[in-house]
Amino acid sequence: MKRNMYVLLGLILVFTITGCGYNTMQAGEEAVFAAWGDVEASYQRRADLIPNLVEVVKGYAAHEAETLKAVTEARAKVGSMQVSKDMLKSPEAMAKFQEAQGQLSGSLSRLMVVVERYPDLKANQNFMDLQNQLEGTENRINVARVRYNKAVQDFNTSIRTFPNSLTNSLLLHLERKEPFKADEGAKTAPNVKF
Amino acid sequence: MKTFFVIVLLLLLPHLACALEVPQLRGRVNDYANMLSPGAAERLEQVLADFEKSDSTQIVVLTINSLEGESLEGYSIKVAEAWQIGRTKLDNGAILLIAKQERKVRIEVGLGLEGVLTDLVSGRIIRGDMSPHFKNNEYDTGISAGVSSIMQVVRGEYTAQPRDLKQGKKSASPAVTLLVFLLVAVVFLGSISKFLGGAAGAAGLPLIGFLTFPGLGVAVLAVLGGAGFVLGLAVTFLFGSGGHAGGFGGPFIGGGFGGGSSGGGGFGGFSGGGGSFGGGGASGDW
Repeated sequence: MKRNMYVLLGLILVFTITGCGYNTMQAGEEAVFAAWGDVEASYQRRADLIPNLVEVVKGYAAHEAETLKAVTEARAKVGSMQVSKDMLKSPEAMAKFQEAQGQLSGSLSRLMVVVERYPDLKANQNFMDLQNQLEGTENRINVARVRYNKAVQDFNTSIRTFPNSLTNSLLLHLERKEPFKADEGAKTAPNVKF
Repeated sequence: MKTFFVIVLLLLLPHLACALEVPQLRGRVNDYANMLSPGAAERLEQVLADFEKSDSTQIVVLTINSLEGESLEGYSIKVAEAWQIGRTKLDNGAILLIAKQERKVRIEVGLGLEGVLTDLVSGRIIRGDMSPHFKNNEYDTGISAGVSSIMQVVRGEYTAQPRDLKQGKKSASPAVTLLVFLLVAVVFLGSISKFLGGAAGAAGLPLIGFLTFPGLGVAVLAVLGGAGFVLGLAVTFLFGSGGHAGGFGGPFIGGGFGGGSSGGGGFGGFSGGGGSFGGGGASGDW
């Protein structure tokens, strides 16, 4: 009978700890890191595509040196950034990362607007392939960011609600993670004039 | 607190923008915009079903009338997340989405197919095989050409396992969960009386067997019942508890109820297999 009691006590202990979110919170943090991995990978993928794109555009639109230079510089800035998991805890580091990536996005979209003026370039097979890849990558970045924000929200909520908050402050000491904010351009609604 | 609200608002944004509902998955060909002739739709359905049988890769066609202002990519990933085309873990699904009014095409590629059906290849399929036909209003040919190009590219990337076909999308994990649950039940009941532990095993094991493989015969279930009784007793003894062993030991065969829902497979009951998408693929227009 005594042995039974121990088994029961053991089970109760296991269930209480799981009930306090000891496991879920850590699983949640891992989910955030996994989602962040996807974000990083898709940004990296974009950075890898840019040299090719610049090369192809140069061949047709050499006058657009300034736009091309902006893209190359923005890419260099992104490439020089140190990215790590620890960054997710710090709002400043995340803001810097997002700003650098946002600049690259901005210069890329300016390049794509400029390109409209060169029909030869637009009809180039190489360029069309690159454009597909770039669009695909931008889309992946978007999807990865939305999923990352979802994971962050779940995690942040889980460490702040009772009883998880107690378990966290006593045992785990996990810190809240920083989500992506809306891009500067997206915050201001576009003006539509008729 | 302020940032928290910003997060919440951010996450709400896509929901607010999602005026357009994801349509129901009717089959492999979901021609909501009536772009295909009935014959062509049926042929495609058959071709895609055969392809899934041989390769396990799921390809689905969806045509819609209008995006109603939503972005093609945003809508496409929403459909992909809702339908979960492709097998779990393999993620070998692809969706060919056509918006009639906007004259836009997208190939949404599952994570497991991104290696072969790259953005570049998807873009070429749209530009080279589909758009030219669409421009001439030849939707049957355009869609068929697109689908067969996709199949050509991904053929051989995955092959169907015999298990996939028999069980559809079901994996073993529910059975494992049920077994663990049964073990706990046996231990608890067994601590009251050894006979109850055995009885729980005798009732539970055939039930789990039946739920996992709905086709099992009565004889097999009876054997499972007997085995369950012995195992239940063994577990009870192992956790050595009080109570008294029950004298009689007729395993009651109880398997007649509880319809296990069958997934995947058939023509009418087509469903996605749990594949994930990461936004890969390409968009185009005509």
